[in-house]
Formats: sequence, structure tokens, C-alpha cells
Amino acid sequence: MIINGVQIDDTFAEAFGMRATRVLITAQNHQWARHAAAAMTGFATSVIACGVEAGIERELNPSETPDGRPGVSVLLFAMSSAVLTKQLETRMGQCVLTCPTTAAFSGIDAGYPEITRIPLSKNLRFFGDGFQISKQFAGKRYWRVPVMDGEFLCEETTGMIRAVGGGNFLILAESQPQALAACEAAIEAMRKIPNVIMPFPGGVVRSGSKVGSKYKALIASTNDAFCPTLKGITKTELSPEIESVMEIVIDGLTADDIKQAMRVGIQAACELGTQNGIRRISAGNYGGKLGQFHFKLREIMGAAA
Amino acid sequence: MSALTFTLKHDAPAQRIDLAPLTPDHLAGKSSAEIGAVELLCGNRRWRADRLFDIAGSDTDDIVIDNANGKLDFIGRGMQRGRITVNGDAGSYVAFGMRGGTLTVNGNADAFAASGMTGGTLKIDGNVGDFLAAAIPGERKGMKGGLVIVTGNAGDRAGDQMRRGIVLIEGNAGAYCASRMLAGTLAVMGSVGDYVGYGMRRGTLLLFKTPAMHATFQDCGSHTLPFLSLMFKAFKGLPTKFADIDQNRVRRYMGDIANDGKGEVLVFIT
Repeated sequence: MIINGVQIDDTFAEAFGMRATRVLITAQNHQWARHAAAAMTGFATSVIACGVEAGIERELNPSETPDGRPGVSVLLFAMSSAVLTKQLETRMGQCVLTCPTTAAFSGIDAGYPEITRIPLSKNLRFFGDGFQISKQFAGKRYWRVPVMDGEFLCEETTGMIRAVGGGNFLILAESQPQALAACEAAIEAMRKIPNVIMPFPGGVVRSGSKVGSKYKALIASTNDAFCPTLKGITKTELSPEIESVMEIVIDGLTADDIKQAMRVGIQAACELGTQNGIRRISAGNYGGKLGQFHFKLREIMGAAA
Repeated sequence: MSALTFTLKHDAPAQRIDLAPLTPDHLAGKSSAEIGAVELLCGNRRWRADRLFDIAGSDTDDIVIDNANGKLDFIGRGMQRGRITVNGDAGSYVAFGMRGGTLTVNGNADAFAASGMTGGTLKIDGNVGDFLAAAIPGERKGMKGGLVIVTGNAGDRAGDQMRRGIVLIEGNAGAYCASRMLAGTLAVMGSVGDYVGYGMRRGTLLLFKTPAMHATFQDCGSHTLPFLSLMFKAFKGLPTKFADIDQNRVRRYMGDIANDGKGEVLVFIT
């Protein structure tokens, strides 16, 4: 399969079942909602060491938020409900509670087959040292926690669902600037898709990994088959003209969300075409044995054609 | 199906009648003969419903009580769903222990309305007596959930020992408003009587005018409280004047410090 001269490999991205939740953060203006969201989703690129993978899904207009203020929606993904619950609590406590003027609300209430309620301010409320106040309207419970700038208002729980993490594709290009330009184009297109985040810095990861290492203590190490500087010495996946490879990792609330994001991302990268040095699109997998979800590149792009 | 309508007969006994059995849950699945045979406590005797009321219609989820007077007690007691409409006055204990559904009184109601209520909506298009949403003697908690709208005035002790839920009074409230309140939200558009928030532990009393307050209420200053925006947004569409309010700037008083002092009296300011 070739799109605009770019070869689409006959391979698949291997993804895993994860737990996900969404939090709506509002503030006096978008700037302060973004500050809170940026802090909350900081150091959350990969579950390997960060606990969660998190990112800003999109900005919310005042008409879309529960309290009618500007906001930001944040998605968090983890490998287990226990980890997600813990990470949500610590990140809420250190990044949102602390941020001036913010309030936080549940972002998942309906529309998914299995929704588990997990604490948003249920435990955070104790920061109020007995001065916290519960209020219930329209079937939802909120906590008012007195803080130095006024009151921190937060819904008691948010919804957690089964989701998918680790959807990905690789962009193989003739030079590093060209690979990055294609990634930027892909990310710009993918950011418009709801229900997904690209958790790595700027949405792009350059240190793709393989399972295992020559060092016994390490469970993963550099994906030497895709490292351009090792082309001549390892069992490479790269043809001579490839000089740089970058990966985009996608976490989504459903497999269909990931497929859609992959489709628009790959499409945007391919639009730059061979004239901009984009040569191949591939994907990362572990032979298909580890992940429950397989996203076949040609199938996904075939559906777009 | 038309509403199941109970019209109080003119020759009904002068004693008070306990209407607790006439709820959608209790009457569901009953034939009109069975409904007519439901026994109601009246004074110290039990009377068949069809002896006291003319009964028409069949929809047990939509019950109407016509020609009602202030002697009909326990209307909607423990009801869990459906609708009850009272045309005329209701007696005491309307919506006592109500758990769900909608109860509307197109008239006045007497004491202990919404006592022990845990869910649903009670609307009183008129005045209500003392102890609205309060606990009956021997109980430690009054209203425990749900929504009460009163378009007229409320008597003394509104919200006494109220534990949860929302009470919206469009008129005035009497003395001891929100006394011994445990939690929940009580809002009064008009004036309140003496001893407001007496013994209040927690909860919110929302007022439009600054009342005379005990020294055991402490002024905490003027604030813009975000939860008020959220609350009034939740009220939009409700059949009350409170649905049109969009204000979140208040003066906050906390008390009663003679009794824990975590309650708040919020008074709208501009």
C-alpha cells in the first residue's frame, strides 16, 4: 500500500487494555485551567515509570463546563484501576487543588458500557480540616474545600472505564527535521479527534523500545531495528535512505477512537509525501502476543480510502 | 389512562384521615374494587376509601386528591415514584418519609411537611405550617434528601434538624429557621423570624436580606462562591422563582458556634 508515495507497511500496532478517566478542570480563564492541566499531565508519558499516561484532550468553552467557566478536559490512563485511582488522587491534590481559581468535575458519566466511580475529591476533601462542606445537586455530590483564594469546588467522584492504550505508528523519513515535521503535522490533525491523547512530549516519542535487553536488570531497551545509526550492524528494519524514525503513541477511550486518530495522523504525515522525505509508515508491536488490540495499518488506511 | 382521582365526599367524617396508603407504590396493580376497599384510618376507626372519597380514573402512577382539606394527613407517606396532586389543603406530615416521585399541593400544608423525606420533589403552592423538613419528636434527623419548593410562607422551625436535601421557600419563614440544622440547603426569599440558625451545626441557609442574628454567628466577610453558580444552574427549569437567580456573591456568617459552628448563613449582596 502506497499513499502519496509513502509506503504503508503490512504490520500492526499492538495495544493494551487500560483503565481511563476524564477530568474537567475549569478556572477563571483558559490560561489558569491550562496551568492546572499541564501540571496534572506532567511526567505522565508512559506507564513504565510515570504510573499514568495523561494528556490534555482539548479546551472547553464556558457553555461546555458544569460551572460555566472556561475549562480543559484531561484524560488519564493506567494499567490498573488501583494505580489510576492513586495517581488521580495525588495529581488532583498537588496540581489542581493547588492551582488558583480551579474547580474540577467528572468527565465521564454516561455513554460507556461499564463505568466505575472513582474518587475525585472524596479523599481530597479532608484537606479542609473539618471546614469542608458537601453539597448535592441534580444527583451529584460536590465538595467545597476552603482554600486561601476562596473555595475549591470539586465533584466527589469521576467515571472510570475500560480503555485502550499503546496505539502507535512510526514515521520513517530521510532526515530528522523531515520526520519531526511529519509528526507535527500528524499531531495537529490528531488533536482534533476526541477521546484520545498522545502522551509523549509534543505527542512524539523518539526512543521507541523493544522488549528485553542485554542487561538482565532491564525489561526494555532501545529498538535497535529502527535506530538509523545501527543500520549496518544490527538486524535492521530500515532501508539505506532512512535517517530518522519517530513514533506517535495514542491512548484512547475506545479502539475506534484510536483507529480514527491513527487514520488522520497517518494521512497528515503522508500528505507531506516523498518530496518532503517521508518514506514509510510502520508500527510497533511485540509479535502480537502481548496486547489484546491489534491495529492493522493497511486496514485502517484502507477504510480511509 | 386517566389520573386516579379521589374526591373527598362532603359527608366525610369530621375526624382527620390518614392517607398514607394512597400512594402510587401501594396502589399499583390494584383493581378499582380493591382500591375502593383500601382501609384508611379516620379518627379511631378504619373506613373504606370509597366511603370517604368518590373514586374515578385508573392510573395509579398519577393520583389526584380533589376537594382536599387540612384534615388529610400523611399524604404521600413513603412514596417512591409517580405523582400525587392535591387540590386543596393538605394536613400535617405531607410527603413524610417520601423517597421519590413528585407531590404537588395546590393549597396550604400543615406541620411537619417533608419530615424524613429522602428523595423526590414536594411542591407546595401555598403556605406551610411549622416544622417544615424537620424531625418529628424522637427522631434525630429531619429531611434527608430531595427537593421542597414552597411558594408561600413557612411557619416556625423550618429545617429543624434537617440533614440533607434542598428546601426553597419563596415567601417568609418563621422563628428558629434552620435551627439545629445538620446539613443541606435551605433558602428563603422573604424574611425570617427570630433566632435564625439557633443551634445550627452544619448546612447552608441562603437569605436575601440580612436577618437579626445571635452573637453566636460570626461574620466571615463577603465572597464569590463558585458552588452557588453550580447550584442555581441545577435549579434552572424548576417550577420556582429560584430558577431565575444567577448570583454568587454573598456575605457569609458561620455558626452557631454554641453548637459546633460549621453552619453557614449566606446573604446575597451586590
